Amino acid sequence: MAQHTDNTEKVPAQTKEIWRTFWILLGITALEFLIAFTVDADTYKWTKVGIFIILTLVKAYYIVGIFMHLKNEVKSLIWTIILPCMFVAWLVVALIIEGGYIGWERLFFTGK
Amino acid sequence: MASANTSTTAEHLLWKGGVQPMKVGYGKLMMWIFLLSDTFTFSALLIAYGLVRYSFPTFEGLRKSFEFSTAWWPIPERVFASVPFLHGINAPLVFVGIMTFILIMSSVTMVLAVEAGHRRDKADVEKYMLWTILGGIAFLSSQAWEWGHFIHGTEEGLALADGTKIFGATLAQNEYGPAAFADFFFFITGFHGTHVLSGVILNILIFYNAANGVYEKRGHYDMIEKVGLYWHFVDLVWVFVFTFFYLV
Repeated sequence: MAQHTDNTEKVPAQTKEIWRTFWILLGITALEFLIAFTVDADTYKWTKVGIFIILTLVKAYYIVGIFMHLKNEVKSLIWTIILPCMFVAWLVVALIIEGGYIGWERLFFTGK
Repeated sequence: MASANTSTTAEHLLWKGGVQPMKVGYGKLMMWIFLLSDTFTFSALLIAYGLVRYSFPTFEGLRKSFEFSTAWWPIPERVFASVPFLHGINAPLVFVGIMTFILIMSSVTMVLAVEAGHRRDKADVEKYMLWTILGGIAFLSSQAWEWGHFIHGTEEGLALADGTKIFGATLAQNEYGPAAFADFFFFITGFHGTHVLSGVILNILIFYNAANGVYEKRGHYDMIEKVGLYWHFVDLVWVFVFTFFYLV
């Protein structure tokens, strides 16, 4: 590349970890596709859902930890971001259960 | 002022009180806090989707006999099974896969631009910012096609019990399933797309500044890092949208 030769003072690029993360993200996405097309959804529906959620969280870890450099920040900043997000998990559980009840009530009162 | 400061912290990263809480600059910390609030917004949208989806019945039969009906929630990979220029070919999730790849790739070029900024390599920052902008525009164009196809619908449409037929999707009704399915599709991917659009605009702004030597004169490329955080967040949201809207 021409722009690397015109200035001898330049610091060499540190891109190894970035590309390693890229291959991990690509690999996980490819794995998700493989599972989506090969695993039988009729018998293993919830297993598939579980695997997809775990793989998504793994991808989120790499994006936030390495691309956004949260891993290299001080502990207080890491927890400032992570802790509030953990409470979202509770909202997920609460509202999914609620959704089940809404469906049941709809079936009970309207029959469809 | 600079000579009185004995710590190793760069001058521009100090807050006005002369200290640096959490060892980051003010702008970067505020970007993190903003992204946290945005996380809640997207969580709310996706959880609302989960609630409504779970409240609707699922298709009872085996997957291979699945048919679209407004009575049950559709299987997403049956809805999103088209690719541009390959009309009539059933290719479930392929196009979404391409979109995901484009966004991950533009996230990589963004982090490369941030890294080049740390080295204060103006030419590299410009090069990678340009690739990132290109990736963002490619993603937005893909989404425009996806929306167009979704709104336009299939040739067969969906026959209702009263004999009428529905083609494509509006907020009121759609041929794939309950009205809420299309509503959530428009709101969630639309809200994400708006974020991508603002990201592209911010990227163009900082590319313009970098190319004009604004950051070189300023002595640091912190702005690239802050906008970079936002751009990665947009990619992160897509990872979740991809799982919960298309895969599950």
